Amino acid sequence: MTARTKGRGAVAAAGVLALALGASACGTAKKSTTSTGKSGCEAYSQYGNLKGKTVSIYTGIVTPEDKPHTDSYKPFESCTGATIKYEGDKSFEAQVLVRAKAGNPPDLAIVPQPGLVKQLVATGAAKAAPAAVQANVDKFWNKDWKGYGTVNGTFYAAPLGASVKSLVWYSPKEFKDKGYKVPTTLDELKTLSDTIAAGGKKPWCAGVASGDATGWPITDWMEDMMLRLYGPAEYDKWVNHQIAFNSPEPTAALDKVGEFLKNSKYVNGGLGNVQSIASTTFQDAGLPILDGTCSFHRQASFYAANWPKGTKVAEDGDVFAFYLPGVDTTSKPVLGGGEFILAFSDRPEVKAFQTYLSTDTWANNKVASSPAGGWVSANKGLDVNKLTSPIDKLAAQILQDPKAVFRFDGSDQMPAAVGSDAFWKQATNWITGQSTKDTVNKIEAAWPK
Amino acid sequence: MSNTAKFLEMGYAILIFVAIVGVILFIANRFSGRKGDRAVASAFLAPTLIVLSVGLVYPGLRTVYESFFDAAGKAFIGLDNYSTIFTDSDEITVLRNTVVWVLITPFFATGIGLLYAILVDKARLESFAKALIFLPMAISFVGASIIWKFIYEYRPEQSGIKQIGLLNQVVVWLGGSPQQWLLNKPWNNVFLIVIMIWIQAGFAMTVLSAAIKAIPEDIVEAARLDGVKAWGMFRFVTVPSIRPALVVVLTTIGIATLKVFDIVRTVTGGQFGTSVVANEFYSQSFRADNQGLGAALAVLLFLLVIPIVLYNIRQLRASEGR
Repeated sequence: MTARTKGRGAVAAAGVLALALGASACGTAKKSTTSTGKSGCEAYSQYGNLKGKTVSIYTGIVTPEDKPHTDSYKPFESCTGATIKYEGDKSFEAQVLVRAKAGNPPDLAIVPQPGLVKQLVATGAAKAAPAAVQANVDKFWNKDWKGYGTVNGTFYAAPLGASVKSLVWYSPKEFKDKGYKVPTTLDELKTLSDTIAAGGKKPWCAGVASGDATGWPITDWMEDMMLRLYGPAEYDKWVNHQIAFNSPEPTAALDKVGEFLKNSKYVNGGLGNVQSIASTTFQDAGLPILDGTCSFHRQASFYAANWPKGTKVAEDGDVFAFYLPGVDTTSKPVLGGGEFILAFSDRPEVKAFQTYLSTDTWANNKVASSPAGGWVSANKGLDVNKLTSPIDKLAAQILQDPKAVFRFDGSDQMPAAVGSDAFWKQATNWITGQSTKDTVNKIEAAWPK
Repeated sequence: MSNTAKFLEMGYAILIFVAIVGVILFIANRFSGRKGDRAVASAFLAPTLIVLSVGLVYPGLRTVYESFFDAAGKAFIGLDNYSTIFTDSDEITVLRNTVVWVLITPFFATGIGLLYAILVDKARLESFAKALIFLPMAISFVGASIIWKFIYEYRPEQSGIKQIGLLNQVVVWLGGSPQQWLLNKPWNNVFLIVIMIWIQAGFAMTVLSAAIKAIPEDIVEAARLDGVKAWGMFRFVTVPSIRPALVVVLTTIGIATLKVFDIVRTVTGGQFGTSVVANEFYSQSFRADNQGLGAALAVLLFLLVIPIVLYNIRQLRASEGR
């Protein structure tokens, strides 16, 4: 699942607004009010005086999500005197490749997928990360994350933000009333689902409709099950096609998803039969939890923004999420996404800003400039207590858990023919009745030779 | 780029355009007399020909060329892409759907348009009645698709849950249970085709209504004197008189139907066995990153459209030559 697709719902909703603001948002440099030598600038002295220097940063993050970003750059700008030119572009993912190939790349780019980092490095325009950045990443991130920013043994891209996908949304009130406990293993989750189903309620609700990306939530489900049943090493083999898509492990993982999503006793709470999963939009799919017609909905942390206004998203509120448990309590695989910062220039001011973005200082500044929440990082220097929204706190705790093994969304790393076509398409066919065997066979057949 | 810079750039573009036109006019002006006619004509035609060959002929040939290559466009694989189209089970569904679209849409749209045109002809409030059916033409395909998507919307049959789709609400009122119109194969294709018919019937009605009004009054009068009844009038006077217009309408809608893309993409995204050639071409080229197969599908679409276009042009000439 790409960030591009994730954003689609929000983009559609904010379409008119974005159109109105788009003209001013793209291509306009953010001016900063500069004054050097202020107090509170001790942490920035290492970057030196960068007065009159400009660093351009190119990203797919546009209005209104760009403001927390530009705000978080302000301390750096006012302390060093540098100017950060922020350029948000909705067609970033296609354009950044064009610009890199054409020889006019930005100084820095915020890249939402490891696959795109690889493609950009392959153009020859990208620069390896400076030593200071590497040191920060070694200090603040798990090595799983560093691996995603590394291409052919050279470390290029430091992680920026992160999102957690291994979450199950539920109603804390229902749990309290009925005396349910948050399950800590996959079997417990299944037992609890059976208990709820025995009471005549469909415990799960799901929806995978998402325009031409229809089907992607199933790919997340399958990735989660693959990680849980067979562990990260086997998961990596599957993602990199070292084992075929139709080999026994992925097949079993999809069958495991089927135990939940194709189980007519379990789905589709408040939304219809199993088939209705295909026609329900992913945005609407969790809402029956609020009506009490459904108990569980597996969706990433970003779903917090989908609840109607006035919904209290907290451990003691209307809805909250728990970590989708592993097969036992000792393993903690986390499926997620995130962004990476890639440099195309090694000018001192670019290096300085790139280093700033890899520090705990920036991560905490970013939190401070996102008062509404909705942003976390796997940076261990991030102060969890400063996060304002409970779901962000939960996500940050999961990411910073020393037992956690992070894996990036697999379909994002597969070739486009699979990751953004066959996998989605066949997953949709699967939920509307196609057998697991046919499904994995067809996806395997679509893998580029 | 700031807005001023953008406007400046636009200004330059307009200046360049004016300059080019000026040069053409200047060259054309140099030749005079009868001998110059040819030169003048070619001076005026040259820009069009150049733009056509750069923008249409070259990409067309290039697409044909690419259709013989693999997904990355690197290795020559002969006719493999074409054999995929005719052997892969998903691709065969795509072909089947396109055939169904082309068989149903033009005839139904034209039939409905013709019937409507005859019914409202010389009726009171004729222009108002025509405007009603012509309105869908003014809506974009995407807009129409979104409207119909709401009509087909499904909500489960459960207490406390209300249908929000018009069609399912009607079904529920009649005592039935709500259906997943866009999911149930193969009928979901028909529900998509209805959208196209809804849009195109207005076009058919307008053209055919004009043709009907152009039928010479004396023929109608003579037929009436001969005691021809309504059906006979339709069968022996109206239809033969407007036959060229009928063919043009049928073929025009046929071509539009072959190329249909917006409706499928907006309503189902080609899921649930509803994809058609144009949609499959797009998703293979730009989503699956399979340049070769995408190009092959584009070529196939081109080959399918050509005969209808040729027939359409011939009929258009025939109707004008009358």
